Amino acid sequence: MSPENAIATEVEMVTVVIDGFEVTVPKGTLIIRAAEKLGIQIPRFCDHPLLSPAGACRQCLVDVEINGRAFPKPQASCTIPVKNGMIVKTQLTSEVADKAQKGIMELLLINHPLDCPVCDKGGECPLQNQAMSNGRPESRYEGVKRTYEKPSAISSQVLLDRERCVLCARCTRFSNEIAGDPFITLNERGALQQVGIYEKDPFLSYFSGNTVQICPVGALTGASYRFRSRPFDLVSTPSACEHCASGCSMRTDVRRGKTLRRLAGEDAEVNEEWNCDKGRWAFKYITNKERVSNPMVRGADGELHEASWPEALAAAAAGLKGKRAAVLTGGRSTIEDSYAYAKFARVALKTNDIDFRSRLHSDEEAAFLASIATELNVSYRDIDSADHVVLVDFEPEDESPIVFLRLYKQVNKRGLKVSTISPVQSRGSEKLKAELHSTLASISGLTNKSLILVGERASEVIGQFTAVTKLADQSGAKVAWIPRRAGEVGSLLAGAIGNLLPGGRPLSDPAARVDIASSWGVESLPATAGKATWEILEAASDGRIDALVVGGVDPLDISSEALGQLLNPSTFVVSLEISHSAITAVADVVLPVAAVSEKSGSFLNWEGRPRSFEKAITDSLTRSDLRILSMLADEMGAPINLPSTAATARELQSIGVWDGVSASKPEVARAPIAQPSGDQAILHSWRQLLDLGTLQGGEENLAGTARPSEVVISAHRAQTLGVVNGDLVKVSTARGTITAPARIGKISDSDIWVPRNSMGSQCIATLGAASGLVVTVVKA
Amino acid sequence: MSKIAPVLSAHWDEADSFTLDGYKRHGGYNAAMKALAMSPDDVIALVKDSGLRGRGGAGFPTGTKWSFIPQGDNKEHYLVVNADESEPGTCKDMPLLMANPHVLIEGMIIASYAIRANYAFIYLRGEVVHVARRVQQAITDAYAAGLLGKNIGGKGYDLELVLHIGAGAYICGEETALLDSLEGFRGQPRLRPPFPAIAGLYARPTVVNNVESIASVPAIIDRGNEWFQSMGTEKSKGFTLYSLSGHVKNPGQIEAPLGVTLRELLELAGGVREGHTLKFWTPGGSSTPLFTAEHLDVPLDYEGVSAAGSMLGTKALQIFDETTCVVRAVLRWTEFYKHESCGKCTPCREGTWWLVQMMKDLEAGKGTPADLDKLIEITQNIAGKSFCALADGAASPIISSVKYFRDEYVAHLNHGGCPFDPVASTLFATAGRA
Repeated sequence: MSPENAIATEVEMVTVVIDGFEVTVPKGTLIIRAAEKLGIQIPRFCDHPLLSPAGACRQCLVDVEINGRAFPKPQASCTIPVKNGMIVKTQLTSEVADKAQKGIMELLLINHPLDCPVCDKGGECPLQNQAMSNGRPESRYEGVKRTYEKPSAISSQVLLDRERCVLCARCTRFSNEIAGDPFITLNERGALQQVGIYEKDPFLSYFSGNTVQICPVGALTGASYRFRSRPFDLVSTPSACEHCASGCSMRTDVRRGKTLRRLAGEDAEVNEEWNCDKGRWAFKYITNKERVSNPMVRGADGELHEASWPEALAAAAAGLKGKRAAVLTGGRSTIEDSYAYAKFARVALKTNDIDFRSRLHSDEEAAFLASIATELNVSYRDIDSADHVVLVDFEPEDESPIVFLRLYKQVNKRGLKVSTISPVQSRGSEKLKAELHSTLASISGLTNKSLILVGERASEVIGQFTAVTKLADQSGAKVAWIPRRAGEVGSLLAGAIGNLLPGGRPLSDPAARVDIASSWGVESLPATAGKATWEILEAASDGRIDALVVGGVDPLDISSEALGQLLNPSTFVVSLEISHSAITAVADVVLPVAAVSEKSGSFLNWEGRPRSFEKAITDSLTRSDLRILSMLADEMGAPINLPSTAATARELQSIGVWDGVSASKPEVARAPIAQPSGDQAILHSWRQLLDLGTLQGGEENLAGTARPSEVVISAHRAQTLGVVNGDLVKVSTARGTITAPARIGKISDSDIWVPRNSMGSQCIATLGAASGLVVTVVKA
Repeated sequence: MSKIAPVLSAHWDEADSFTLDGYKRHGGYNAAMKALAMSPDDVIALVKDSGLRGRGGAGFPTGTKWSFIPQGDNKEHYLVVNADESEPGTCKDMPLLMANPHVLIEGMIIASYAIRANYAFIYLRGEVVHVARRVQQAITDAYAAGLLGKNIGGKGYDLELVLHIGAGAYICGEETALLDSLEGFRGQPRLRPPFPAIAGLYARPTVVNNVESIASVPAIIDRGNEWFQSMGTEKSKGFTLYSLSGHVKNPGQIEAPLGVTLRELLELAGGVREGHTLKFWTPGGSSTPLFTAEHLDVPLDYEGVSAAGSMLGTKALQIFDETTCVVRAVLRWTEFYKHESCGKCTPCREGTWWLVQMMKDLEAGKGTPADLDKLIEITQNIAGKSFCALADGAASPIISSVKYFRDEYVAHLNHGGCPFDPVASTLFATAGRA
């Protein structure tokens, strides 16, 4: 241990006696927490280990004395840090504490409706449980209970039953302290105090679902789960979130084969106890009407027809055999599935033409990714100790919300310095008090405790990855790549990209090829570097490639031309999909695959940390991609031998990570920036957390809290256009026009910003581009 | 010991007592100039030695409170004067500010100088618009006279004084709730520690003092500790304002040395309402346990009242004669506490809600004597369990009234309602109607 770390870990310890037992805990530990260490449970409502103490519910009263001097009144154990010489008596050993707690519990219940039989929380309710363990058997209250109109919708997805609320302020403290969205507050006073929103402002927070989860009663409920189930009818499975690369630990609750809700799991190293609303509520895509249930083969009539598995596999194998084929995966696959695609491409299709980047991408990015694949060495903990975090083309609140929460925590706690390379000041970067920079050139003062967090949109700025690696080399700052999709880091390590083999092995290194070939038991591997997604599509359209295996790709994520390129009638397309899509519509064979909750597997989050999950819907008959690819490879006579997730994981494990020389870093010069004039502007965009993303389909309550589309313009442009906040403006290219309300924001006069894929603002579909393009902006 | 000691109220009968001229005529602002010539630490030491204790209710030594402010910490310090006088029965600060606002301003100059604050605030309850106007005028006049602002009296000390009008919540008399309210938030008490002396207004070291405590400082500086300590009792030094209200012949404020008795004060006020006898009274507002005629000779200082089972509080002596139904009086207070509970903590929020319902039933004669035991048991579950002292105040009149007047509660139950004629206790009742 270095001396520096030694100082950081040297914590002063304090010894106290609780109910006659000694316990030694770090200085500053609250009594209630020290008691937990002894297994003594003091009842509580407002207390939450990740929120600042409130002392509001008074349920945790205990008797305290210090050095022989007793406090005259029982004290709230959730607000008092332990001290040496302290003697605490809880309800177990003090009649005073026991009576105080029973008294408080009785008071909490006088206005509580006791409608447990119809309350969603009944069965998992801290109030119900603690009323049984620490309350009087019967209430002496004979009066009139407080009632309110119910439920009151504080957003489209969170409903409030005020009469059930015990006013612990957990939800308001969470929203204020953790999420930085103080949109709910306690208002009124006395017995009429209640949680409320501002008169006309709903609770639009990306993290609002956590308030439902930490509500110790049934006051806050999720609109989508309300009255759907009882907790004791659910089967819970620990799971991992498939929505982004943050890597949240989750819990999936299933009843009779159907997912009814998902909760944030606990992982102190990653998501602590939180998750975002997308992770919590976007799971209805599994049960949508467009779900592909059986294999389908395109018949002579040009239509897709349901087929048996043997038929479909035979048709797919026949169509692929002997073709110049390529593989496109959508970046959402588990590492095991990605590995299966990577192996399938090399072994069965004998090509390196595979790419998981189903989005805007560049060759510079591929080079950058190859250079960092074997050294993912940044973690959430590094954020906790960083002196300066630079966000590069990365908007954490929208693109990796748990990274945002961790940054926000450190900004609040110790004033962590955050800089952002972004054309526009977003709400997220405002909350992080981030300094806005247009390029990395103006960033200075980085040290080896600084972090550079690069988003996937860096691929849209030529030379950005080169600038990042140079800055890191000069300053010693650590670099992490944080893509949006959950599967991208895993896909990279699995070799689902043209320049890397599994384990981050550079394809260009013959030793790496031999390594993999021998472990796969094949004579040799194709040595030609694989094409990137855009090249594969071009090749498909001009016939240089005549077969494609596509898994989980939306062509509109890539470009407005992608679908047209795929439409080349001579291209044979095998689609592995959950639901019918633009690809299945043109595919020759459609093979249905399992969604995340229907299979086991693991993602690598942006830290490179494995996030494994088990099958939550145990009676699902769907198969994971790897199983199907394995069957298809068998059918083609080029087996890849991946019969199960576990076997695949073991194989991947045995291959290990490349320990040779990593690929060289990118060297790309920055391209000159277009100079717009007059009513022209340079377009910028990113995907908001809640938007028209495929996996958010079918969940209207969630969609109701998406941020409305807007065009962000500078004050100068607003003046020139003669618009004020809220006036409609038109953003146009030759291809189409987006019309949305203007918002005057902190953005350069030459730039504008719109959401990339939101209701009313779909850049690629409408404008034909998502960033860097010169567009025309006029008043509507 | 003289029975009265007019200091703050010495010139209230002069027509221009509230003006700068009227105040200066009697040596006003001399004490401030004297203090500004001293070192701040000497001022703190002097006030500490005087034995002046907080006049807002708790009786904490004022100089000691000042000495808690960390010095040399390179942070702004603030003085906040609590003028949110809202306790039922308490009416000393408002008359004082009406008749003599400059004594508070002068006290604030001295106190701010002592704690090295350059900003001071008066948090005034919102309902008293007439007082607000008068205080604001006094502040304006003091600025114009160079007694506030830059380089006060040419002594090189700067002080900005801001009058803030509250929105009328009793809880904002609690010092941390007051600070929240002053910062623009909803007034709810803060978790302590940190105490205001460490992290008060805007998280800076802050002294929060009652109007009367600060107003008492100029006289101490001017006339010295020997004079100040010649009044009062061993541990409760000096003079203070007692407010007499209710069934008393001449209600109002009487300034007297601490330790005076109600018997003496009643003599000065002309006695209980003509033709009636004392039944019960509050020594320090409705939040302090009731006293009865047996306590007429209790010395009204911090220790004396405490020894007799109540609290000196704000020295708000509410006098009730034998026409008053104690159950009715206590119910009215309980309704007040229910209305004013801020809602932050369970016992106060839910407890006052329940207490009102129980008290109403008892007043209506519903229930049995067992319900009286239940009332006491539940009141005890509230007292001492809440976040701040508001609920303790709500519990005091209930517990003490049952202690002294249990029979009267039982009489309600036997009678099937209140046996009193409510009109008899009113001011407009004709004499002898009881």
